[in-house]
Amino acid sequence: MAQVKAYVRPMQGWWRRNPYFVRYMFREASSVFLAIYAFILLVGLARLAQGEAAYNAWLTALASPASVVFHWFALLTVGYHAYTWWQVAPKSAPDIRIGGRPLSQMVITAGGWLATLGASALIYVIVRWM
Amino acid sequence: MAEPRTIKIEVLRYNPERDLEPHFQTFEVPFTPDTSVLQGLQYIKDHLDGSLTFRWSCRMAICGSCGKMVNGKPVLSCHTFLRDYYPKVRIEPLDHFPILRDLAIDQTDFVNNKLPSVKPYLMPKDEKPVSEGPFLQTPAQLQQYYQYSQCINCLLCYAACPQYGLNAKFTGPAALALLHRYNADSRDQGWEERAELLDAEEGVWGCTLVGYCSEVCPKQVDPAHAINQNKVNSAMDYFGLLKFLMPRGGA
Repeated sequence: MAQVKAYVRPMQGWWRRNPYFVRYMFREASSVFLAIYAFILLVGLARLAQGEAAYNAWLTALASPASVVFHWFALLTVGYHAYTWWQVAPKSAPDIRIGGRPLSQMVITAGGWLATLGASALIYVIVRWM
Repeated sequence: MAEPRTIKIEVLRYNPERDLEPHFQTFEVPFTPDTSVLQGLQYIKDHLDGSLTFRWSCRMAICGSCGKMVNGKPVLSCHTFLRDYYPKVRIEPLDHFPILRDLAIDQTDFVNNKLPSVKPYLMPKDEKPVSEGPFLQTPAQLQQYYQYSQCINCLLCYAACPQYGLNAKFTGPAALALLHRYNADSRDQGWEERAELLDAEEGVWGCTLVGYCSEVCPKQVDPAHAINQNKVNSAMDYFGLLKFLMPRGGA
């Protein structure tokens, strides 16, 4: 067969072409804010180890308007990240079968949310009353 | 019978002997509620422009030849109806593949490279003579891989996979789902021979779980599930655990 001059389409801007890919990119980007939030928490731990004054300075920094705005934004993006996390969790789960029938992927997603809400409630109770 | 309406079909045209890059051409095509997108293309070829090039065969969603991008989504054009796109629809060749001509893509990479690379055949531990009868399997063992054996190689999942579009070395959804189909088969003991590819960057780790492959699959194969459960297997293989956990042993 004679060689044909095939045309290769560019991939530039691929993620804007389909709403599914846009949601995927938001999912990936939301993990950045999760990482920043975790890093701030780690800094707090290090400041606690340095003594009371250092820890109080960290608490003061947290109360600044910029920090409050960031944490509200991080909470929203982390919420979205958790939502996408449980959406894709069934894809990483092993092939679970009960009585020969595959376990519905909805059950895994719902189970993940139950675990998330349960853990959140437990942490709230511990922080609030203990 | 319903009175035919007319729909505008925008088709991506590319003639390798004449064009530097593809362009759209619009056709007016009459259709009824049961006219598929494929039949719309056939109408163009029969009545408006005989040079329009596209692949098709069975017209009933089993041969896997007629995949196209319809309004930007990969679908089987025989399984998609013009009534859902009135008054206008855009048809392009499957994304992420080189265009040979009009809507015909170059499938060579999948057929010659990706598909053979996963060794898509049974590798029993010990061959036995035909006189000893078949390798028996229980219905439960069949269910372990049945879903993944339903792939028709239509390549919609590759058109849905940006990772394949960005790096064509990635083995891709259908081939990796087929790899899992044989690994999950109780008659097969070839997982160690397939492990080098599975564990590689071009194997399951090239997947970032976009998940669109499983959305567009017309046969509910769920390649994203096949690939991502094997990331766990690949990690266990890395730590040498798989040999203990795979009861069927190596080929």
